[in-house]
Amino acid sequence: MLKRFGSSLMVSASWLLAVGLGCQILVAAGQQQQPDRAQSQRLYPALQRPSGDVELIARGRALYGISCRACHGIDLRGGDLGGPNLLRSQLVLRDQAGELMGPVIRGGQVGSGGSAMPAQPLSDEDILAVTAYIHDVLGTASRQGGPPLGEAFELDILVGDPAVGRDYFIENCSSCHSPSGDLQGLAARISRPQELQNTWVRGGARTSERPPVTARVTMPSGETVEGVVERLSDFLLVLTDPAGRHRSFSRQGENPVIELDDPMAGHRQMLPRYTDTDIHNVTAYLATLK
Amino acid sequence: MRVLCIVVSTLLIVMPSSGVSQVAGLDPAALVLPLEESWPTYSGDYTGRRYSRLNRVTTENVHQLSLGWTRSFDTGMPLLVGPNAPDFVGGEGTGEFTIGSQRIKGSILQVGDLLYVTAPDHVWAIDVRDGWTRWHYFWKTRGGPHIGNRGVAMWRESIIFETVDNYLVSLDSHTGEERWHTEIASFEEQYFSTMAPIVVGDHLLVGTGNDLDAPGFLQSFDPETGELQWRFYTVPMSEGDVGIDTWPNLDAARHGGGQVWVPGSYDPETNYYIFGTGNPTPGYTGVARRGDNLFTCTLIAVDVDTGEMAWYFQTSPHDTHDWDSAQTPILIDGIIDGVPRKLVSTAARNGYFFTIDRVTGQHVVTTRYGATSNWASHIRENGSPNPHPAKEAIIPGTLVSPVEGGVANWQPPAFNPGTGLFYTQENNGFNLLYLTDPDPRGSMGLGGKDRVTVGTGGNAFTAIDYRTGEPRWRHAWPVGGGGGAGVLTTAGGLVFTGDGSGNFVAFDAGDGALLWHTGIGNISNAPQTYLIDGQQHVLVAVGQQLFAFVMN
Repeated sequence: MLKRFGSSLMVSASWLLAVGLGCQILVAAGQQQQPDRAQSQRLYPALQRPSGDVELIARGRALYGISCRACHGIDLRGGDLGGPNLLRSQLVLRDQAGELMGPVIRGGQVGSGGSAMPAQPLSDEDILAVTAYIHDVLGTASRQGGPPLGEAFELDILVGDPAVGRDYFIENCSSCHSPSGDLQGLAARISRPQELQNTWVRGGARTSERPPVTARVTMPSGETVEGVVERLSDFLLVLTDPAGRHRSFSRQGENPVIELDDPMAGHRQMLPRYTDTDIHNVTAYLATLK
Repeated sequence: MRVLCIVVSTLLIVMPSSGVSQVAGLDPAALVLPLEESWPTYSGDYTGRRYSRLNRVTTENVHQLSLGWTRSFDTGMPLLVGPNAPDFVGGEGTGEFTIGSQRIKGSILQVGDLLYVTAPDHVWAIDVRDGWTRWHYFWKTRGGPHIGNRGVAMWRESIIFETVDNYLVSLDSHTGEERWHTEIASFEEQYFSTMAPIVVGDHLLVGTGNDLDAPGFLQSFDPETGELQWRFYTVPMSEGDVGIDTWPNLDAARHGGGQVWVPGSYDPETNYYIFGTGNPTPGYTGVARRGDNLFTCTLIAVDVDTGEMAWYFQTSPHDTHDWDSAQTPILIDGIIDGVPRKLVSTAARNGYFFTIDRVTGQHVVTTRYGATSNWASHIRENGSPNPHPAKEAIIPGTLVSPVEGGVANWQPPAFNPGTGLFYTQENNGFNLLYLTDPDPRGSMGLGGKDRVTVGTGGNAFTAIDYRTGEPRWRHAWPVGGGGGAGVLTTAGGLVFTGDGSGNFVAFDAGDGALLWHTGIGNISNAPQTYLIDGQQHVLVAVGQQLFAFVMN
């Protein structure tokens, strides 16, 4: 498998360093994301094309590097010299086998923004190879108009202040959670900082079991039933009672009286109150709980 | 802005050639009438109100609604031969692209004795009295995202719909036989089409969608022949076009999105078609399209005969969250500060409610109706919410409400002139939004981000006073409820919608009291109503199944 997008990563990395965001890019070796070739992803002609001739594409790739890359970028998404992004070019997308791209490569053109593309002295065979390469890259585009995914990499999201995050935690979270109790070794269990942040803001892993919502139902007769809430709408409450029995109650306004105990309510109530800085600080703090 | 192929034409009023209206088909002039006994266009009538003057079902008797019939439809890939094959099969595809089962999300036209039902690539005509299929047409697609179809248009004796792979297809309304089809956008450029076309006079207004950085446009076709009359681009396509100063350069504008994928409303007095446009692209990385990005996320009025823009109001400048403002706007003849006004209101996906003067485009009201929407820093002097730069996707993540689906989406809202209230679902989810492509060139399409749903601030159903933008009543759904149902309101003082917990429900339109429910499943379109044999019916879809309720 050609690592043809490895260099685009370097473009991003050098830019990041240049602007001094201080974010590290961690290349996850061996985790290359394969383009999904399931039919559901092959929605459009660019993605439905049969694979082209491997040698022709390789030759086209080399020619692209020589003649096109300086303006259109190593990843075809546009370059420093002002060449447009080819992966979203209507002309490129409509092209079948060089019949639209060929004349532009051969003769040049003035772009919509006034930028001029010079004619490229390529033979017909070379033009065919370059267009085959461009179509091959188009075929690796991701969902919903996204670019080819290239290699998987992770951006460092730990930008918060762990000491400030600890103070926030003590004030807002410690009535339910403890670094020496339920959160002991949290960052060892969830090593990716982004997953750690998602998990604590959500109040649990996406797939983990939530602590159940329980309800106490008081019937008009005064009888009470308690249990774990299975379903709740404006019209129905379904419980599993402590004996494991299925109980369901029609609701009509305030009858029967239902008192809910939802352990996740605190997390929901916090959502409108967090600032992004709070979130980043708490994540930085929790990341120290190894 | 550019308008192509301008053909000025006049509204043809053709009287039915016989006394039996369904034989002569649908007179386009009938669409100007207020919604009452039938449902002949996407919103029932041109106002977008989804308000029926039928009043046989009332707050007093709604609990007596009973099921008249129910039918389910195989909305996946049909067998193309054999006894259950569609009556007619068309399409430019090979039949090798198989489609999965789709939910019925569209409006179902009711004209005469037939209902016209769609799912992507499918059209059925079914009997209005028992739901049995009269004919079934199937389109062999070339591909594209089969996410929904919003319904057909009726032009005299033909039924016209859009296919995912960008064809406009005209069928004989009696038999389902294809009359013609014509391509409306480039499939290679990754346009896809879901909209219900809208007949206005002898124009057929057609929108399309696209996620890959392509310009949006609204087109008008001759509904009889399928010939293009005009095309209105929603982004600047040439240097010097209006709005070009809201983009960094022409290349960004021409790839700027603003798709037109939900039907708008039509005001016969001004001859304006008023519609909302989609999000700018690239969707989540605004770095390479700094500026307000006109005319994306904008309410626009165009003259139906020329395709020329009369006015615009941007409801979401420089969106970076995929929150288009395509929602069907509602025309309201109301009174503001004692003065009669011709207004248009919309509850946008971004959580803000707007009332605008529909003659001039002058701003009247802006309020936040999404209880937890947190992306705007302030309301600008002109009434547009101002996006807070800190709520664009960033590498360490920003907490954003609503989620990508928005506070509202394509599901149609409703307005009841009796109560003066605008009814909409209100969804208040939270996402952590991460920038994963920090490239200064921006990403493409909807790429370059990771979004993770982390909870909800509670969903609700909200009745907004169009004059103030403030809710007069608001029903909070139990946790887990709310979401994906459209709305119907009637002169019987009712509002019908879904509760997201498996129930079709009716509210008292005035005070929000829940009056009736039935557990048929989660509603997948907007409820509709019509009169058959003197009985008011209420029709609604749940996934692949239709339910017709009747007041006996």
